[in-house]
Amino acid sequence: MSDFLRNTIRLAIFILLQVYVLNKIPALHQFIIPILYYLFILWLPFSISRATLLLTGFITGIILDFFMMTPGLHAAPCVLIAYLRPFIINILAPKDATGFSYREPSPKAMGWTPYLVYSFVLTLAHHGYLVLLEWLSFGNFFHFVIKVIASTGISMLLIITTELLFPRKLKFRTNTA
Amino acid sequence: MRNIFLFIRRFSTAIFFVALQALAIWFLLTYNRFYRAKGLGVANEVTGWFNSRYNTAEDFFKMREENRKVHKMNDSLMNLLSVNFIKKDTSALLVTDSIPYDTLGHYRHYKWRNAQVTYSTVSSEKNYIQINKGSNDGIYDDMGVFNSDGSLVGKVINVSPNFSQVMSLLHVQNKTSVLVKKTRSGGTISWNGKDPLFLTLNSIPKSDSIVKGDTIITGNYILSVPPGMMVGTVAEIIPDNSTNFYVLKIRTAANFADLQQVFVVENLQYAEQESLLKETQKKVDDPKRTNR
Repeated sequence: MSDFLRNTIRLAIFILLQVYVLNKIPALHQFIIPILYYLFILWLPFSISRATLLLTGFITGIILDFFMMTPGLHAAPCVLIAYLRPFIINILAPKDATGFSYREPSPKAMGWTPYLVYSFVLTLAHHGYLVLLEWLSFGNFFHFVIKVIASTGISMLLIITTELLFPRKLKFRTNTA
Repeated sequence: MRNIFLFIRRFSTAIFFVALQALAIWFLLTYNRFYRAKGLGVANEVTGWFNSRYNTAEDFFKMREENRKVHKMNDSLMNLLSVNFIKKDTSALLVTDSIPYDTLGHYRHYKWRNAQVTYSTVSSEKNYIQINKGSNDGIYDDMGVFNSDGSLVGKVINVSPNFSQVMSLLHVQNKTSVLVKKTRSGGTISWNGKDPLFLTLNSIPKSDSIVKGDTIITGNYILSVPPGMMVGTVAEIIPDNSTNFYVLKIRTAANFADLQQVFVVENLQYAEQESLLKETQKKVDDPKRTNR
């Protein structure tokens, strides 16, 4: 399966999951919103060019926005994490080797600790920016902080669960591929 | 000149990033100001298709509860039919030509249409509902939307040919004029963006005697909604000693997490009332016109 086809199917699944399952869950608490769809951006291949990555992030966000009727609200954080992603990967890349030998970020490719750091930083950036945009018009600072922390916690829980339940079969990257 | 090109080439990713951010923020700002966004009409049709597919599946599970509600409502309407009443006529010669209400519908003020909810949320600060009737069915902006049991849900803010978006009462920018049924004093109801079960009602004077459980109904000052429809009940009276007004916590009558069948209400005299309102404002605000 080509990368493009694989990622298109993945995008469709993530958006439908977010819109029809996670958003439909009765709210546990006013501060807790389960968000998982941006894992799509975290899972994009290492080899993707930076401009394509930014554009993919924007498209992902705007598709979700059209379902949620809030154009721009999710697109902005998605573009932000798409921009930050290469920097984080560069920091976490092993220094001795030439780079990652797998196709896309996963616990198997990066090791659990670097992968969790990678997803935690991007989750925090995404939720921080999203909640900031949502609360700009009203609300107080304390609520803002609590909401970011609570949403980040629940999202990290969802990411770890997803990684454990659906381990991706990753091919070793070779020179011919 | 060469340096400028070098600069653009070097920072092309950062420039692209800033451009996409600006585009997203612009979408966000224009949408919030005008409740509209570029391309949302087209996107509405696409998301509407997905939502109606999902809705057919969801209907299957919620049909029984919804049927019960519809049946209850129908039942109360059936009781209003004139067939149920016998006109007792003591004098055989008297011919009654007038009936207490207009059966032919010439003087109708509000028209009710039914619609199904295809998508709704309660978890955001700005909650919208999507329904499966659009401009093809005669829906336009500002119409009121009611739940299947006749309680207020929100108002239409955007229509596409086959679907329309409804701004729910659970929307931080929503302001609806309401009345306390017992004392007939009016106020504005709003939502603080926190608990989807409760709304906030200010500006009811403390001279009114309000107790828990008092009924809140729609007010006379909204053009798009018939007056006297159920909105909610008083759940808590929050003491506020600094002013002479109550702060009331209102439990909504409609369950926003479980909307299925709704009614869209059209005010048939909306255009006339609206233009009269505008002309009056123009007359008062424009001094030349008044002096003439």
